[in-house]
Amino acid sequence: MGLLSRKATCNSHGQDSPYFLGWQEYEKNPYDEAKNPKGIIQMGLAENQLSFDLLESWMAKNPDAAGFKRDGQSIFRELALFQDYHGLPAFKKALVDFMAEIRGNKVTFDPNHMVLTAGATAANETLMFCLAEEGDALLLPTPYYPGFDRDLKWRPGVEIVPIQCTSFNRFQITASALEEAYQQAQKKNLRVKGVLVTNPSNPLGTTMTRGELDLLINFITAKEIHLISDEIYSGTVFSSPAFVSIMEVLKDRNLENTEVWDRVHIVYSLSKDLGLPGFRVGAIYSNDPIVVAAATKMSSFGLVSSQTQYLLSAMLSDKKFTKEYISKNHKRLQKRQSKLVSGLEKAGISCLESNAGLFCWVDMRHLLSSNTFEAEMELWKRIVYDVKLNISPGFSCHCTEPGWFRVCFANMSEDTQKLAMQRLKSFVDSMTINSQSHQELKNARRKSRTKWVFRLSFQSFHDREQDER
Amino acid sequence: MVAMSKIATGNGHGENSPYFDGWKAYETNPFHPTERPNGVIQMGLAENQLCFDFFQKWLMKHPEASLCSPEGVRKFKETALFQDYHGMPEFRKAVAKFMGKVRGDRVKFDPDRIVMSGGATGAHEMVTFCLADPGEAFLVPTPYYPGFDRDLRWRTRVELVPVDCESSNNFKITRTALEAAYEQAQAANLRVKGLLITNPSNPLGTILDRETLKSIVSFINEKNIHLIGDEIYSATVFMEPEFVSISEIIEEDIECNRDLIHIVYSLSKDMGLPGFRVGIVYSYNDAVVSCARKMSSFGLVSSQTQHLIASMLSDDDFVESFIVESKERLFKRHKYFTWSLSQVGIGSLQSNAGLFIWMDLRKLLKEKTFKAEMDLWQVIIKEVKLNVSPGSSFHCQEPGWFRVCFANMDDNTVEVALMRIRTFMLKNNEAMVPRSKLCRRSSLKLSLSRRKDDFITSPGIMSPHSPLPTSPLVRART
Repeated sequence: MGLLSRKATCNSHGQDSPYFLGWQEYEKNPYDEAKNPKGIIQMGLAENQLSFDLLESWMAKNPDAAGFKRDGQSIFRELALFQDYHGLPAFKKALVDFMAEIRGNKVTFDPNHMVLTAGATAANETLMFCLAEEGDALLLPTPYYPGFDRDLKWRPGVEIVPIQCTSFNRFQITASALEEAYQQAQKKNLRVKGVLVTNPSNPLGTTMTRGELDLLINFITAKEIHLISDEIYSGTVFSSPAFVSIMEVLKDRNLENTEVWDRVHIVYSLSKDLGLPGFRVGAIYSNDPIVVAAATKMSSFGLVSSQTQYLLSAMLSDKKFTKEYISKNHKRLQKRQSKLVSGLEKAGISCLESNAGLFCWVDMRHLLSSNTFEAEMELWKRIVYDVKLNISPGFSCHCTEPGWFRVCFANMSEDTQKLAMQRLKSFVDSMTINSQSHQELKNARRKSRTKWVFRLSFQSFHDREQDER
Repeated sequence: MVAMSKIATGNGHGENSPYFDGWKAYETNPFHPTERPNGVIQMGLAENQLCFDFFQKWLMKHPEASLCSPEGVRKFKETALFQDYHGMPEFRKAVAKFMGKVRGDRVKFDPDRIVMSGGATGAHEMVTFCLADPGEAFLVPTPYYPGFDRDLRWRTRVELVPVDCESSNNFKITRTALEAAYEQAQAANLRVKGLLITNPSNPLGTILDRETLKSIVSFINEKNIHLIGDEIYSATVFMEPEFVSISEIIEEDIECNRDLIHIVYSLSKDMGLPGFRVGIVYSYNDAVVSCARKMSSFGLVSSQTQHLIASMLSDDDFVESFIVESKERLFKRHKYFTWSLSQVGIGSLQSNAGLFIWMDLRKLLKEKTFKAEMDLWQVIIKEVKLNVSPGSSFHCQEPGWFRVCFANMDDNTVEVALMRIRTFMLKNNEAMVPRSKLCRRSSLKLSLSRRKDDFITSPGIMSPHSPLPTSPLVRART
C-alpha cells in the first residue's frame, strides 16, 4: 500500500517543467555584478523591481502603519488576534478602490464581493475547488503561465484543455479556437466548466481586445460556463491600448445582474503591480454571492497575514500615493521594456508587440535549427548554459509553435539588462558566423554548388523571417 | 445555470452546524463592560490574550523587526520579493529553536524540515493531501477540535473515524479504543492512513502521558499508518506533569519508523498570534517535507511576518522569559477560574494545559442525552449569556461536558462571567453542593500555594454585586 497519497507522488506539481529547471540552474550560479559577474542572469522571473523606492519613501513618511500603530496607539493586539476570514474591512475597501483606479474608474468593485487569499496561486486553486469537480476541464488560451498546471490541476484535479492561439494573428483568441477547444474536451469526455484567461496576458504582455472579450462573453453565455479573468498584471499596462477589464465590457453590454454576470470571476494580487510577492496578497472577486461565500470559507486555508493587511490598507488608502505610484510605475515599465526591445533588435531578434506585463514574448524562431520543440530545447539550453541567461521557453508555456521565449525585464537593474543584451548579441552573432561557416564547409564538400547560389539562398531565408515578424 | 462544485455547495465547511448559534448570539450582542454589560461573553474562543504587553515591550525595543520602520526598511525590498517556499532561513531557524525551547531543549528540531502553511488550519489540510487519497481515513480520538471536520475532510475528501475516549478514565486514549476504531474503519471499507492526536488536548486541556504516547507509537508502527501530532498548545502547559512531545518519544524508540511521524504546529495559541497565520508542518519523512513544501505555495507565511517572527524568536532572552511568564499567567488564570467554579459546585477535568477547561455539567442535565445537553447549552447562551462550547460539537461520546475558554479575556470580564455562573448555580437547586463537600474543598485550598492567596483575599473576588452574602471560605479564614 502506498505510504503517501497519489497527489504526493505524482508530477502534477509541475516542477519538472523546464520553467523550473532554468530556475534551478540559475540558483546554482546566480549573476552578481560584483561577486559573480559571469553567473546566470535571471530573466525568467516576472518580478516588478522598478518601484520599490516609491514604497520605501511612503513608509518613511508613514511610520504608524509599519509599527503596528494607529494614531500613535499600538494596535498590535488587535492585529495579532484578527483572523476573520472576511478580511480587514479597511484593507478590502482600499484594495477595491485600487483596482477601480487601475481601470480608470470605469468600473467599481464591492468589497463584500472580494475574498482575500494567500496570493493569486491560492486564489486560482480556490476557484477551482469552488467551480469544478475533479476531472472537469477548464479551457485556457495558449501560451499560458506554467504555474496554472499546478494551481488548477494538482489538488483540485481539474484538467486543462488548451485554446490554441498562434502567431498568425498575434496569439489572439478566435471563435474557432474556442469552439475547437470545447470540442476537444467533449471528445475526451471532459465536462467543461469554464474558461480561464490572463488579461493582460502572461507570457504575451498584451492586453485583450474588446473583440476578444466580447467573444469570450458570447462563448460562456452560449455554453453556460464560467469565465475567470486573471487580471494580476492589470496595473502594468504601460502603453496603449488601455486596459479593458471584463467587468467593463459586461457593463457596457448591460449584462449586470444577468446570469452571465454571476459566472464571471476576477483574480487579482499585489505581487506584480506593487512588486510584493513575498507578502502573499491575492484576491478573488466574484459577482456571485454563493461563490464569494464558499471561497471565503476556503480562504481559511490561506488567509493574508493581518500585519500585511494593515500595512497595505494604509498604503492603498493613500490616494495621492496610489495615483503617483500607478503613473510612475507605468513610465518606468515602458522605458525598461523599450530598452529590452531595442536591445533585442540589435541582436536581430524581434518580439511580439506588447503594452503590458513584466516581460516580452520574444521570437527566436529564426535561430532554431529546425521548426521543432527539440530544437527549441536545444536553443534554450545553450542560452541558459552558454549565454548564461535564464529565459523561459515557449514550450513550458504550452505554446504550440516552437521558437518563442518569455524574457523578463523588470526584475534587474538597467546595467544588468544591458549586459544580458550584449551576451545575447554576441551569441546570435556567433551563431550566424558559425552557421555561415558550417554551410561553407558543407558547400565545399558539395562539388556541384557554387558559392553565390548559397549566399543567395541564405539571404532569402533571412528575408522570409523578416516578413513573418 | 451551471452548478458550482459539490465541495462548494455542500456542508463540508461545517458552518451550518447548530453550534454556530452560540457564535451568532455572541456576534449579535457581544459583551462590553460599559457599552453592553449584559452582552454575551465569549468563552468559546481559544485565544491566548494574556501576554500582549510582553510583545509590545519587545517591539518597542526592536523597531528593526518591523520592515517599515527606519531601522528595518533596508530589508524591505528583499523581504517583499521573497516568495521562496522554502521560507526564510532565519525564520525556520528561529521557529525550530523555539520549538526546541518549548520542549525544554530535550529535542532539537531541524530547520530544514520546517515547512510553512496558512496557520495550523492550512497545515492540517496540507498534511492530509500529502498522506491520504479521497475516501481514505484518519483516526481521531474524541473529543476533538471541531475544525478538524473541515480541515481534514472538506476539500481532501478524506474520512475521519473517531477513537472513543471516556470520562471514566479521564478520556485516556487506550489501545483497545484504537484497535476498535481501526476495526470499525475496516468494517466500513475505509483504508486507514493515519492517526491524528492533539497533544496537549483540545478540548480537554490535558497532556498525554509517556505510556500512552509509547502505546500510540507502537500502534501506528504495527499498522504501518502515519501519526500526526498536533502540538499547537505545547507552550501552554502551565503545570506538572511536564509536556512530552512525540518528537521525544521517537528519539527514545529506535524501532519507530520515522517516515510515519509528522508534527503540526502554529504560533496562534502558544504566542497568541492567530492573525499572523504562522502554521508549520514538521515531518520526519523526506518525501512529505518535499511535497508539503511545494504545496505550501498555496499558503505561505507573509514574508513581512516571517521577518518579524524571525527577529522575535531569535532573541533567546525574550523567548525564555516569554515561555516562563506565559505559563505563569495561564497557571494563575486557570487556578482562579477552576477554584471559583468549584466554589459553586462546578467541577472540570483536571487539566494542566491549554486555554480552556473541560467543564463537567453532567449533573445539570435533565437526562443523560445530547438533546438535554443542547437544551442546557441554549440556557447558558440565552440566560447566563456565556458562549461556551457543548461537548457534542467536539464529538464527545458522553453528554454534559462543555469547553470553556479562560485566556481570551481580562480579569474584569472573568469576574463578570463567574458572577453570572454563580447566579445561575444559585437558581439551579440540584447543583447546590452540600456544605460538607465545600469544607473539604476549603482544606484543600489551605494546602495550595501562596500564589493562590493573592486572589482569594483580593477585593476583586467578591464583587459588590455578588448575590452570595459572604463566601463560606472567608468565614473559615476569620
